[in-house]
Formats: sequence, C-alpha cells, structure tokens
Amino acid sequence: MSVDQKQGPYSSNSEAVRLELSQIDASIRSAALFFVIAAITWLMIGTVFALLVAVKAHQPNFASTFEFLTFGRVRSAHLNAMALGWASNIIFAVGLWIMARLCRAPINHKGILFIAGVFWNIGLTVGIFGILRGDITSVEWLEIPKYATPLLAISYALIGVWGVMAFRFRKGDHVYVSQWYILAALFWFPWLYVVAQVMIIWFPARGVVQSVTNWWFAHNVLGLWFTPMALATAYYLIPKVLGRPIYSYYLSVLGFWALAIFYNWAGIHHLIGGPIPVWLISAGIVASVMMVIPVVVVGINHHMSIIGLYKEVWRSPTLRFVVFGAISYTLVSLIGSAMALRTVSEITHFTHFTVGHAHHGVYAFFTMIMFGGVYYMMPRLLKREWPSSFLIKLHFWGCALGITIMIVALQVGGWIQGLEMNNAEIPFLEVVQNTIPWLKARSVSGLFLTVGHIAFAANFFWMLFAAGAVRAKQGPTLLGSNEGGSAR
Amino acid sequence: MKNLPLLFCGIFFALAFSFTGLILTSHIQIGSLTQTTETLEVTDDLDENGMPVMVMAEGEPLYPPMPVGLAQQGKEIYISMGCIYCHSQQVRRNEFGADIERGWGPRQTVARDYILQERVLLGTMRTGPDLAHLGGRYAGDAGRDWNHLHLYNPQIVSKGSTMPPFAFLYDVRQIAGKPSEEALTFPPNSEYAPETGYEVVPTRRAKALVEYLLSLKINYSLPEAPILE
Repeated sequence: MSVDQKQGPYSSNSEAVRLELSQIDASIRSAALFFVIAAITWLMIGTVFALLVAVKAHQPNFASTFEFLTFGRVRSAHLNAMALGWASNIIFAVGLWIMARLCRAPINHKGILFIAGVFWNIGLTVGIFGILRGDITSVEWLEIPKYATPLLAISYALIGVWGVMAFRFRKGDHVYVSQWYILAALFWFPWLYVVAQVMIIWFPARGVVQSVTNWWFAHNVLGLWFTPMALATAYYLIPKVLGRPIYSYYLSVLGFWALAIFYNWAGIHHLIGGPIPVWLISAGIVASVMMVIPVVVVGINHHMSIIGLYKEVWRSPTLRFVVFGAISYTLVSLIGSAMALRTVSEITHFTHFTVGHAHHGVYAFFTMIMFGGVYYMMPRLLKREWPSSFLIKLHFWGCALGITIMIVALQVGGWIQGLEMNNAEIPFLEVVQNTIPWLKARSVSGLFLTVGHIAFAANFFWMLFAAGAVRAKQGPTLLGSNEGGSAR
Repeated sequence: MKNLPLLFCGIFFALAFSFTGLILTSHIQIGSLTQTTETLEVTDDLDENGMPVMVMAEGEPLYPPMPVGLAQQGKEIYISMGCIYCHSQQVRRNEFGADIERGWGPRQTVARDYILQERVLLGTMRTGPDLAHLGGRYAGDAGRDWNHLHLYNPQIVSKGSTMPPFAFLYDVRQIAGKPSEEALTFPPNSEYAPETGYEVVPTRRAKALVEYLLSLKINYSLPEAPILE
C-alpha cells in the first residue's frame, strides 16, 4: 500500500474492519476520554510541582516559609503526580484502547472501568495531599501514605482486569507483539506494587531487605510498567501509520522475552557500593548489561520498520513523537547499562546524572511515545481532527528541546559533580556550588517543557469542546508541507 | 505466540524468578541478622567445614545499638520532611568513592548496621553530604547548636549551601523576662538573627530532629566491618 494513498484517519481498507474498530472505539470512548483528561490534568499539576522544585534546587530560599512546599515533599508530589497521575492514566487510556482494538473485543461493563478510574484518581489526589501535609513515607517511588494506597490497589485491579478480559475474549488467531507487552505489564505492575507495599510499608522486612525490595520495585515501574506499554504503543503505531508491517516477527519475540527475563533483575544497580551482599549487586549489574540485547533488538526492529519513510514520519504528528521516543529508548537504555558498571556508578551514583537519566527514560522515551499515542487515538475516538498543527509543532519542539537541554545539563553537571565528590580534596560545599549553573539550565529546560505541555493541553481541550468548527476540517492534521493532504 | 497459558506462564515465571532471586533469597540471607558484639571469640569446636566456631564475647555490649527516645521521634520528622531526597545514610568502602576520606564515617556500613531500623533510609542522592555518621562529626552541645542554626537557615553556618531553611520548625518570639535557655545563639552580626528583644527557639519537632541527627553514629565495630585505626 502506498503511503501517499488518500485515506481517512479512521478508515481501513475493508468496510467490515472499519465497522468493527468503530464499535470497539465506541465501547471504550467514555472511559478512555476520562483517562486522557485525567492524565493531562495531572501532567499540568506535575509540571507546576516540577517548576517549583527545579527553582528550589538553586534558590533554596524560594517559597521556603511554608512547610508543605519544602523540597522533599514537592519533589515527591511531582514524581507521584507524573508516575501515577500522568503516566498511569495515559497507559489506562492508550494501552487498554490498543488492547481492545488488537483483540477485536469491545470493552463490556465500561461503567465499572469508568468508576474504577474515578477512584484511582481520588486515591491519588488523597495521596498527593498526604505527601504535601507530611505523611510522606520517604520510600522512593512509594511516597503515597498508607491510607491512600489500598484504594489505588483496588481501583487498579478493577482497571487492569479489562485488558486481561479483552485478551481472554479476543477474536482471531493472531496475537500481535503489542498484546504480549500490554498483557504482561498489566500483570507485572500489581505484583510489584503489592509486594513492595507489604514488605516495606505494612510489614517492614528486616533492614536492607527493604532497600532491595524498594529498588526491585522502583526500577521495575519503569522497566515492567512504563517500558512495555510504550513499546506496545510504538509497535502498534509505526506499522499502522506507515501502512507496512513491522520488520521482523522473530526480533519482536526475542526483544519481548529478553526484556521479560533481564529487566526485572536490573534494579539492584541503584545500590552499588551499598550495604547489601555483593552477589546481589553483581546479579543486578549482569542483568543491566544483558538489557543491551532487547534494546538493540527492538531498536533494529523499529528502525528497519521506518527506514526510507522518514518524510512520512516527520509529517505525522503521531510518528514524530513516537520515533523521538523510540530513538530515546535505545539511547537511554544503553546509557543505563553503562551506568550499572561499577566504575561508572562510582561516579554517577548519588548525583544529578541519575536524575537526568530518569527523565531520559520516563520523559524522552515513555512520555513522548504516549503523546504520539494520544495524537493517533483522539481523532478515532472523537471522529474529529486536531484543530491546530501549529500547536502540535509547538508541543513537539517545546518538549524535544526542553528534554534535550535537561538531559545534557543534568548529565554533564552530574558527571562533574560525581568526579568532584570522589576527590576529597575538593570541599563539599564547592561541589554543591559547581552544580548550580547546571541546575539553572534545568530550570530553563522546564520552561520549554511547560510551553510544550500548554500547547498540548490547549489543542486537546480545543478539540474536545470546539466540536463543530473542528469537524468541518478536511483531512487529518499533518505537519510540514502538503498540509491537509494525505491521511494519517 | 498464540497459546495463552504458555504466554502467561512465561510472564509469570519471568517475574517470579527475580522475586525469588532478589527478594526471597536476600530475605533468607540477611533477614535473620541479629545484634552482635564488636568482635567474636574463637572456640575449640569446629563447624562442618572444619573452621573454628566463633561466638559472641560474654558481657560485651551488643551492636548496632537500640534506637532510643527522642531520637526515634526525630526520625519521623526526618521522614516527613523528605530529607532522604538529598541525603544518603550509607558509607561506601574505602577506595570506592571518597566517603571515608571525606570523614563521612570511619568504616563502610554493612547490612547489620540497619537491622533495627523499622524504615531504612539508605538514600540514593547526595545533593547534600551523607549523614550516616553525622552525630560523630557534630557531637555534644556544640554539635546540637550547629545543627539548630543550620536547620533554621543553612546560610548561617554553611554559606552558599543549597539546602532549604527549615525555619518553620522554630518559633520566633518576644523575649519575656529572661531569655530562654534553648534560644539559638547566632554568630555576631548575623543577618539571620532575630530583632533585638526577640529570640528563636526550637519547637519540639526541631529538638527531636536534631537529637535524631546526633544519634546517627558509626562509632562501633562489627565482626564483618571493624573500624581500622
């Protein structure tokens, strides 16, 4: 099929397929819309927290008179708003939608899904307020206080089950790679979360067993929850938009199982040099290095699938974001494997380098792919087009430049910080002061990201509410030349 | 990959493998560690490998020490302020980083050091220095005064620091009669000192937090991690 072929954005070659997909979209529309709105709201709230802490990191007196705005709390409010508010809500929207479509199974009882979604967000709101008022647990990635987490766990169970149900009642023989990733992630995340809650918060394990559990959990939130969902989205969208199949089935099998086997051992690299048995750390390092296999395999598979169609990628709002994210996945993962080596960790551990790395993964990779997913999903759910290609471009450039500046600033600054910290002749205060210019650059990057997020939110709510004007628009919204041309 | 049970088994065992390998085995290996004396004594008995059995010395104190009183309450403040996000509590071995050279502790910390802590606060960030041995570096009344001034506003004793002030843990009040004994003593001409006639006194939370900070000490050996002279 030629990529220049004229085709509507919510159409397929076959009438029957089109009807079926349309019915599936309708079955999940209200719930998916709710999750996207919640996700974007949390994204904006998380951005405000992020700007606050970014400035506080170099102007310690800024907004320091109020206890609830102290650095440790706002930073944790930012992390949880982004990880459980933005990321998880957008996963519920895009991930479940893709799952339902690929399984060709409409979501039944969508009322339960919707209500569970409401409770997830209530639980999270209570949790974030809890963090700010000082009930923070000070366990990384598990800061939400005890009184809010059971609600999150129960609502998650009621949300996740619909992905599994769709898979159980799927039609057709073929199971696509995206379905494995989504099914696995839906199953892995609650296991990780419940074990971590029980062993750290409810019935604390002895001593540093808590820390081992903590990093097994925290790294796997990225590795077994965000990563598979983003890869599933990329695997779904690249062939969909470009109209040609993924390069290699066998590489996708290899990539999936290698990730499943290695990623979940890797988190211990956060404790290199720490007071835990050395064999545990070595196991974590081996697994981190073995991650090169799934990363390279997925990288080759994605790259070979888009090769020769760079213009189409650049013109499609969806793929511009997805491919940015896919490239970031390769980069961030290879850097991550390197950071797990003892000699590198000796420098980067305990520094801003790690903060940069975390944003490289969760933002440049995961979030950018999910933005792409939203650009593809919304026209199909609402049967109308994105109102402004200018806002999409602003969104892309704000985020792409912003995150690049942030990663470079934090990783260069963090590397210098690590070298200086390991040289006892340099007074500690001097090490701290030398990070300040880099932290200021991080605040500037935050402004770029904020502009991008505002553009995204504005375009989204414009599309949602200004229905009549937008529906009249001819053809899908594309970027670059030939606007209003062919459809993807 | 069309077989759901097979796919599901793979997904299950992938995570079960690391859960067993990392969580359960570390729980078995270090979950049963107990307090011990600083050194062990050799007995005449031999274990199954033919090595002499080591036992705790009679009458010697046990380490790590039990956390006590106000310091325990202070830990709750440390947790609720999110101190962990800038301060670690772990000392890496000599030659790996410069932890010991910087005076952050006289020896590396090991798993046993943390067994009595209900919440372990190892931390992964050193925007500020490691605090595992803070009480060893700032001891006694001088250490107490320094920490109170530093918490009230770090710039007073550590100019150029990026640590935020925790002034909300202190009351600034008019001196009624004679000044409080607990009032902070500012350096001469400090721009952060209260106006004349006013004093800065720590709240109960500030006092507890400082007691906790002073209680952080690696001043004992363990058989597996002796303090070398």
